[in-house]
Amino acid sequence: MTDMPIYQQIITVLACSAATMLTRFLPFLVFSSKKPTPYLVRYLGNTLPAAIFGLLVIYCLKDVSWASPPHGAPELIAIAVTAVLHLWRRNMMLSMAVGTAIYMLLVQVVMN
Amino acid sequence: MTQKNYRLQALRAAFPYTVPILTGFAFLGFAYGVYMNVMGFPFYYPFLMALIIFGGSLEFVAVTMLMAPFAPLASFLLALLIQARHLFYGLALFDTYRGLGWKRFFLIYGLCDETFSILFTAKRHLPEGVDRGWFMLWITWLDEGYWVFSALIGGLVGGMLPFDTTGLGFVMTAMFVVIFLEQWLNEKCHATALLGLVAAGGCLALFGADSFMIPAMVTILVVLILTRQSLAPQYMPAVSVLDDTAAADAGAETEQPAPSSGKGGASL
Repeated sequence: MTDMPIYQQIITVLACSAATMLTRFLPFLVFSSKKPTPYLVRYLGNTLPAAIFGLLVIYCLKDVSWASPPHGAPELIAIAVTAVLHLWRRNMMLSMAVGTAIYMLLVQVVMN
Repeated sequence: MTQKNYRLQALRAAFPYTVPILTGFAFLGFAYGVYMNVMGFPFYYPFLMALIIFGGSLEFVAVTMLMAPFAPLASFLLALLIQARHLFYGLALFDTYRGLGWKRFFLIYGLCDETFSILFTAKRHLPEGVDRGWFMLWITWLDEGYWVFSALIGGLVGGMLPFDTTGLGFVMTAMFVVIFLEQWLNEKCHATALLGLVAAGGCLALFGADSFMIPAMVTILVVLILTRQSLAPQYMPAVSVLDDTAAADAGAETEQPAPSSGKGGASL
């Protein structure tokens, strides 16, 4: 559970919502189908997604303590399983479900 | 035809298009609800956040934001970057959404990856004799409903799962690993994927878990902008920048992988 006061929670959720809506409504407000989209916007549109998802993978691992046992081993093993399974079967649900199950098994049973 | 009839007819035409999304959203929305529940939030949190934010991957990240120290600006910036791809959906559907009055608001509000991929594919051959606005609105609302309802169920059921849920939060990590891989497999050049990992990893080591996100985001943007001369040929569709009409179309038509949900619906 969160320690955040309710007003801070509301602001955080609204900030997320505002950013989302900005990206959805902005093109209809400022761009035009007659004029070309600015070059830099298109460039970032093509290059940014991969970088952002890389950033988010690291974000998920930010609270892992690498210095103390088990040195992030459950995370790394579970990520490896998820990745290998996904490269093999290309099934998003399967990869996520098995990867998460392996992680739960590791933190609850094996490395406990 | 009466008012009621053409709405119903549009719903009947729209539903089959959304079935693949139903499967994907039932799984992910449910996982999201369970995840929030396991993190200690009451069942109405995933429901309300799904309704208010309506952006799958950001909703997962928002849970982490709620559990970290209050940082509204960093949250807003991260949310902007995660959601930036929606700018291109709007561009691609600019003309499609023209002249639809009040429906436009709801069409734009609910324009997620999955809805975009259906509408973008369907817009060229809409079913005959069906009200265009209502057809698209139903697709948008059905998808939204699947997600919000699944999140609610997950939030309700999460606490009753008959096993130890320690570690279930890893579902978010697994999700981003899969999306990252999908992105990787769809690109010939991996420079920006690696940039994301390295910039974030480096900033995490330098600034620590609570304050690395803004420097990491800034680093990514600055490096991308500085290296655009050498990266652009790898990432931009092969159209002349000076060619106005081609350029207007390019952002939308060529680069969008159009996630087909269910199995591969990666980037929610």
